[in-house]
Amino acid sequence: MQNERAMHGATGVKEPLSGGASFASPVSDVVAAESEATPFLPPGDSGSPADLETTARGSLGRGVWVIAAAVVVAAAVPALFFNGYHLFQLTMMVIYAIAILGLALLTGFNGQISLGHGAFYAIGAYTTAILMANWDVPYWATLPVAAVSCGIVGFLIGLPALRLGGLYLALTTFSLSVAIPQLLKYKLVSDWTGGVQGLVLDKPDAPFGLPMSGDQWLYLFTLGVGVVLFILAWNIVHGRVGRAMMAIRDHALAAEAMGINISMLKTRTFAVSAMFTGVAGALSAIAVQFVAPDSFGIFVSIFLFVGLVVGGVASIGGTILGALFVQFVPNLADSVSKAAPGAVYGALLIAVMFLMPEGAGGLILSLWRRVRR
Amino acid sequence: MPALLEARGLHAAYGETRVLHGIDFVVQEGGVSALLGANGAGKTTTLRAICGMVKTSGEIRLGGDRIDGKSADEVARRGVAHVPDGRGTFLELTVEENLRLGAYSRRDREVMADFERIFGYFPRLRERYKQQAGTLSGGEQQMLAIARALLLRPRLLLLDEPSFGLAPLIVQEIFAIMRRIREDERVSILLVEQNASLALDFAEHAYLLETGRIVVSGPAADIQKDESVRRSYLGY
Amino acid sequence: MEGVLHQVLSGIASGSIYASVALALVMIYQATHHVNFAQGEMATFSTYIALTLINFGIPYWIAFVLTVAVSFVIGMAIERVLMRPMMDAPVLSSVGVFVGLLLIVNACSGWFFDYTIKQFPTPFGNNPMWGGYISGHELGATGVTLVVLLAVYLFFRHTKLGLGMRAAAYNPVSARLVGINVGGMLALGWGLAAGIGAIAGMMIAPVVFLDPNMMGGILLYAFAGALLGGIDNPLGAVLGGFAVGVIENLGGAYIVGTELKLTLALVIIVAVVVVKPSGLLGRSVQSRV
Repeated sequence: MQNERAMHGATGVKEPLSGGASFASPVSDVVAAESEATPFLPPGDSGSPADLETTARGSLGRGVWVIAAAVVVAAAVPALFFNGYHLFQLTMMVIYAIAILGLALLTGFNGQISLGHGAFYAIGAYTTAILMANWDVPYWATLPVAAVSCGIVGFLIGLPALRLGGLYLALTTFSLSVAIPQLLKYKLVSDWTGGVQGLVLDKPDAPFGLPMSGDQWLYLFTLGVGVVLFILAWNIVHGRVGRAMMAIRDHALAAEAMGINISMLKTRTFAVSAMFTGVAGALSAIAVQFVAPDSFGIFVSIFLFVGLVVGGVASIGGTILGALFVQFVPNLADSVSKAAPGAVYGALLIAVMFLMPEGAGGLILSLWRRVRR
Repeated sequence: MPALLEARGLHAAYGETRVLHGIDFVVQEGGVSALLGANGAGKTTTLRAICGMVKTSGEIRLGGDRIDGKSADEVARRGVAHVPDGRGTFLELTVEENLRLGAYSRRDREVMADFERIFGYFPRLRERYKQQAGTLSGGEQQMLAIARALLLRPRLLLLDEPSFGLAPLIVQEIFAIMRRIREDERVSILLVEQNASLALDFAEHAYLLETGRIVVSGPAADIQKDESVRRSYLGY
Repeated sequence: MEGVLHQVLSGIASGSIYASVALALVMIYQATHHVNFAQGEMATFSTYIALTLINFGIPYWIAFVLTVAVSFVIGMAIERVLMRPMMDAPVLSSVGVFVGLLLIVNACSGWFFDYTIKQFPTPFGNNPMWGGYISGHELGATGVTLVVLLAVYLFFRHTKLGLGMRAAAYNPVSARLVGINVGGMLALGWGLAAGIGAIAGMMIAPVVFLDPNMMGGILLYAFAGALLGGIDNPLGAVLGGFAVGVIENLGGAYIVGTELKLTLALVIIVAVVVVKPSGLLGRSVQSRV
């Protein structure tokens, strides 16, 4: 390896022309960074970076907001017509979207690969469940606590993650999510966590005497939290911080030269990402009314990862598509065989990696842009 | 005298960046040709093109057979040994293992005898036999690279700047050994060098590359005498 | 004291399994700089193949050899189909493909062989040996894995093919220049890794029983072992695997209790990664140029 690098280095020095690869790449990286600073533009789109900037800020930005508002209104409608299990499924979909959004901030926009976000999902869920079951804390009041505790854990894990290259981080977070059920079962904490049995929670009723069922209220509540978090994420990504996050992802050295404090930003991104996914876990505990260690194994992390990749790693809107996929494809596939969801997930994951690395979100948005031209 | 290696209209590119724009050259059977030129002229790329390490168009023939479009390992198995820029040493392996790898594509049983002959040229490698190659000095690594290439029993030896990064005394030593090898072994050589006077002393025929085109070619002795060429292209 | 000896011996026994899986991981990492997250699932699938063959009435050792051979072919096929195009892909893509592979192989195990937990036979019997310090199966399984590890070592050290594989892993460009078919070496490496994994699966299955998720925890120990010894050093990974086995057993018995064994592996992983990412024996080549 070292040797190969030496060879390339030598080429660069001796023959700038023949070292085309090494000379061209920083340039193309910069272009890529600029075009990806607006994640809804497919890289390779024509036009100068400045041009891309204005489109993203201007017409496309407004269009997306209109669509987003329409989606929110449309998303609230099912609460009127559905009830029971179907509404529960929609609630779970929103929850997955939030969880995947958290992962997208970290992996998609900051380039830190996590295969362990199921752990934060679990911590969020358990925080809420413990507070509700042991201390009768109202469900809504548990969300901030879950967010903060996940943020702290996320920050702590983000610290060693600083020293890890992409693969090591993936490996460590993978290990974390393999180990998490065992930690939740541990006897010293089982008085709180309920050990292997887990904890059963009560379903919250609609407040203020609103004329709706508990399911309907919970759906709207979840949707409301989701909208707030999506706006938050949108603002993070499209602001100065988001630009810095992506600069680190695309070209860490250049980012450092630009005066970005890499380690600070990376650990903070980890914390925020964990908060998002932790809130999703908290909401899931309320919606499912039950937590148990074995429902938070490695597969939660993997499904979140699948949702992220399918939707498009660096696409905020794509997380909704990913959630749709994670929530409903298993239901469809499950009717074929118990093994089918895993097979479908796996096959799709590989297919996306080979065919459309920007994910479904990226694909749809590039089509959308083509139509708007 | 038949040509061992013959390139006609050779183009090469790294992705979109074109580096060679249709060059012709030959290496005679048993002869030594040199490719000269400044940084970025395309010398290293030419060697890589011969070995199928870059995308090419045009014809390359080895002993009459087309080898363009063949993979690097296939070209090596046909008897082309390439000492690349950076020397291509397997740093993690021992000197012995590096030498064994040189003979990797051979099927005959005379490898051990060849080891002895090659230690005749490079006695220092015998001393370092069991040592990790990464611990050798630059000059020793260059010797190891040449020895590794010779163990292929090549018909054609491609040398990419054997003098690069070495002290003048070591360069002299290596070129002295190269002269002995040239006389004793039946091997043709294509040499790439920045140090033009060194290369012109060593080679019979020379080609001068400038931004991917051959601008001057001829017997090395003539080029050495041609003051205008020396001044405008070789800078001495 | 007798307790400690007992724990050390069974630590070595389970360590031999971790060492094998760690070796399989490292072989692929060295050659491609990818971590095969699906290594455990592939071993599980191989173990199912073995069980199917044994249930057909094929004698154990013949089934053993057949399983290794079939796994070898499957490993090579995976390299050819999935990994070849991923050669220079960014980390995220390769992680995605390996996770996808993990899901597919796991699903295949469940699909073809169902999800019920199955017993797996041992050719060594389960009688206590050496005054009860170690069971017949533990002893036999350790012996088998040690023989395998030794064979792999000799193969890489003393055969031309092994040398070619190492050269292709260390320096693919130079390897091509001396006439080595680097792609073929990678496929061979995948085949070997799959074969070694299969043996580990067949040796651990009688202890932990066979189900589609059998290797999940073992993969974690193998990661820990590989990192501890140095993820680019096969010998280190093997020693690391044994060390993790012993640490796991001693720690489980005397420090954290058996319920937190996996967490112990996690702690080892985090500790290595934070303190010394190259591992204890990870070699750093000093090059004087």
